[in-house]
Amino acid sequence: VRALRLVAQSLLPFIAGLAVLWMFSKGLSGSWAIVLMVAGINIILAVSLNVVNGFTGQFSIGHAGFMAVGAYTAAKITTALRFVQIAGISSDASDQVFFLLALVAGMVAAALAGLLVGAPSLRLRGDYLAIVTLGFNEIIRVIIENTPFLGQATGISGLPRLTNFVWVGMGVIATVVMAKRLAESTHGRALLAIREDEIAAEAMGVDTTSYKVRAFVIASAFAGLAGGLLVHLIQLCTPRSFTFIKSFEVVVMVVLGGMGSVTGSILAALVLSLALEGLREVQEFRMVMYALLLIVLMLTRPTGIFGTREIWDILPKWGRRRGQDVAGGSP
Amino acid sequence: VTEFLQHLVNGTSVGTIYALIALGYTMVYGVLKLINFAHGDVYMVGAFVGFYLANAMGVEENPTIGKAVVIFVGSMMICGALGVLIERFAYRPLRQRPRLTSLITAIGVSLLLEFGFQLPSIPHLGIPFPPGPTPRFFPEIFTRVDWEPGGVHISNYDIVSFLLAVGLMIALQYVVYRTKFGTSMRAVSFDAQVAGLMGVNVNRVIAYTFALGSSLAAAAALLFAGSRPRIDPLMGLNLGVKAFVAAVFGGIGNVPGAMVGGLALGLAEEYVSGYMMSSYRDGIAFALLIVVLLVRPAGLFGTFRPEKV
Repeated sequence: VRALRLVAQSLLPFIAGLAVLWMFSKGLSGSWAIVLMVAGINIILAVSLNVVNGFTGQFSIGHAGFMAVGAYTAAKITTALRFVQIAGISSDASDQVFFLLALVAGMVAAALAGLLVGAPSLRLRGDYLAIVTLGFNEIIRVIIENTPFLGQATGISGLPRLTNFVWVGMGVIATVVMAKRLAESTHGRALLAIREDEIAAEAMGVDTTSYKVRAFVIASAFAGLAGGLLVHLIQLCTPRSFTFIKSFEVVVMVVLGGMGSVTGSILAALVLSLALEGLREVQEFRMVMYALLLIVLMLTRPTGIFGTREIWDILPKWGRRRGQDVAGGSP
Repeated sequence: VTEFLQHLVNGTSVGTIYALIALGYTMVYGVLKLINFAHGDVYMVGAFVGFYLANAMGVEENPTIGKAVVIFVGSMMICGALGVLIERFAYRPLRQRPRLTSLITAIGVSLLLEFGFQLPSIPHLGIPFPPGPTPRFFPEIFTRVDWEPGGVHISNYDIVSFLLAVGLMIALQYVVYRTKFGTSMRAVSFDAQVAGLMGVNVNRVIAYTFALGSSLAAAAALLFAGSRPRIDPLMGLNLGVKAFVAAVFGGIGNVPGAMVGGLALGLAEEYVSGYMMSSYRDGIAFALLIVVLLVRPAGLFGTFRPEKV
């Protein structure tokens, strides 16, 4: 019965979400839909990065690199299968099946890249991961720009517009369900223990390296998903979409929302994505503001706006229901 | 053989630059156990300070040795001051907090320098500051003379840069191992708390360490600008990562290790890209880093010290 309940708990958001998203996608159109989809992709990125930077207390600053791996894998598959159609179903439906396939392949490729980067660097202390992921982000760009198969600096253009509201919404739900279920599992508890005190966690029998690597691989896979969704939204796959600037955007979202708070990440991703739309004129000041935001936030409120709490921990009415055990910890 | 020698010359000249920057990483890591992400950007600032000074003195029309010295010393001093400022306002207030906090601040400072320098210039300032995103070209500080002994291309820039870099490293070696400041620096690096109890002024040692590392980065920037005059606000990003790799390769926290690591990385890049895959030059440092972390995470000369509670 318990297993059944858990399955239901995991599946319910998808089924409910599908219906709601379907209705939404009928009602929404034009530039707002695109802005919202980009915001959704940013939510996927921020929540998945939160698994590494928030739950586990490691620090990855190369999320865009894994996005690129997923994006190029997915883009290559959809372009290769453009004129192929599964017999017996309409060409639209067949495209969607291939898109799902491409997204999953992108996730797998990004996860493998995550393993390659995470396994050596996560054996050591957190700051190594930061510089290794930063390096990885740059290397991916160099590799793409030098590989004719991947279109070099111009990238792959003319991708089919397969990403729609439902795909992004399902991606967001998948990411959030993953993060929440992970946080409440044995695995998630181990991650939180590593964040609070790695040495103590190890002394208590937590296989720290293995847990860290697994968390990192999961996060990378979802970054790959976000990449696949993004390139099929803007119909263009170039290395410029995945520079370290994109990585830092995600880092800012996670840090601002609160490292360890899923709802905080969602909120920060939404607010920042929408704010970016409004602040198009002052583009050049954007990164400077991000930088100042990071510094000031660390000097004054290093836990981010929500810290490790979720929104409902703050709302007084239903508050104090959950998460309290997580919020406490070493100073 | 000629090609081999040419690569040797190029690799050594790049390697000494890596070594100079790696020293800054390794010294700061030694005393603070923090990867100073902003170090690569201090290097960038050093290049721009030199650029402004050179333009202000009209070096392009009339280069003299005196002006070169002024540029060199001025840029090193300004960057040293910048390093101290960064430490004072961004890292010191957070020293008692979890290390992740300082790491994020370091990334913030790095971004601030990178993108602050990309802003459009302030009008009516006399100099184009901030420089904006377009690359600028560093003027020649002294007249370039090229030789080709036996077909190997070498210029007086290569020689001066190599000699100066080696001179700076010897001076640093002297400072770290022969002076009172060096002794207290090594003491802080070994155990800051105990060093403090023994009467070492820990704050001052850390500030001086930043000054030293940052001025070395400025020197590296000026020496590098001789052979690669293109400077832009993002130039510190890649070079910073590479110099960090050099520091890890030699064993982070270890001063001679950083020198050897820098030289080794410079030569490895030059030979691999020269003989095998030239377009993946920037990937070599990364591959090396992965291998070092897998095989010998403490680096060539580092000793692995397990963390204690």
